[in-house]
Amino acid sequence: MSRQDVLVTADWAEKNLGTDGIVFIEVDEDTTAYDGGHLPGAVRINWTTELQDSVRRDIPTKEQFQDLLSAKGVGNDDTVVLYGGNNNWFAAYAYWEFKLYGHADVKLLDGGRKKWELDGRTLTTDVAERKGTTYTAQEADNSIRAFRDETIDAIGHKNLVDVRSPDEFSGKIKAPAHLPQEQSQRAGHIPSAINIPWSKAANEDGTFRSDEDLTKLYGDEGFDGSKATIAYCRIGERSSHTWVVLHELLGHADVKNYDGSWTEYGSLIGVPIELGAQKTAAGS
Amino acid sequence: MCGAPDQEIALPAGTDLAKETVLTGRVLAGGQPVGGAFVRLLDGTGEFTAEVVASASGDFRFFAAPGTWTLRALSRSGNGQTVLNAGGPGLHKTEVAVA
Repeated sequence: MSRQDVLVTADWAEKNLGTDGIVFIEVDEDTTAYDGGHLPGAVRINWTTELQDSVRRDIPTKEQFQDLLSAKGVGNDDTVVLYGGNNNWFAAYAYWEFKLYGHADVKLLDGGRKKWELDGRTLTTDVAERKGTTYTAQEADNSIRAFRDETIDAIGHKNLVDVRSPDEFSGKIKAPAHLPQEQSQRAGHIPSAINIPWSKAANEDGTFRSDEDLTKLYGDEGFDGSKATIAYCRIGERSSHTWVVLHELLGHADVKNYDGSWTEYGSLIGVPIELGAQKTAAGS
Repeated sequence: MCGAPDQEIALPAGTDLAKETVLTGRVLAGGQPVGGAFVRLLDGTGEFTAEVVASASGDFRFFAAPGTWTLRALSRSGNGQTVLNAGGPGLHKTEVAVA
């Protein structure tokens, strides 16, 4: 993979709106953002109701995922361009699910809604309708998804990258500061995890930093490129952003997103938890 | 607190201001509210903590913890930031001017 395979620029997106075979999909943390304006022709996916099962705590099954894409009018051969607010957190989460279920050509709009809006580009409130398709998903590729037991087994020998803010990592707060402080039963982090907040990988306008900057960032923080990696956050969306960086942009082969993340781990009985800020950085 | 009509976003039901530290404020350009600005919450070391989009009336809100915070706003009208000291739990108000 290279940056051109993973990201499209706002300029490219603007030129390709309405192009056959390219489907723009908005996935926002604020699921009402689409109603206030979106890229012309873009459809939306609601992460709360469509990117997770509504009964079990899990991502959609293969069958649910293919029903979703069929209903959204996405064909197996379409290029899908995902974008959203909040620095593409949930668009990155969707990107990871599209990869998990084997969509061939999926990309992220670099900078997402934020850069698009700051650039003053066109938004519309016209709701796009696409003709339904018969989409066929692949079996879930669990080489990019970590579950709780392998996360516990990874303590001390894989890179565990905690991408939450330093205050969440240390146990000072349990959730991002724009959300009520709830969810997990306990605060803290997984022992041996290194804290590299997802935000360090993004510029202020929401675009990803350069490959050179990213390589230096992770190296400086003690990330060992020779080891397998599990990234986690609170509910798996910010760690999808980091999964995109490590697996898709920087090309590390064995990187998994632990989508159960801290809301699962921090509620398990008997697992080890550490409190406090990161002790050491480079060379640890 | 200020005497202007209170237009801040309503707090979620169940928010306990005896325990929660809530930061609220408004983004202004030339004294006028700026809707839709991207408001970034940076901790005492300047580290990014969270980001929200201001409402149409320029209002924003964060759930945080006691401490010193920087609120930085990005908008089509320009950027700006302000420092807010939250000494303890409760509702802490501020304004961020962009230019």
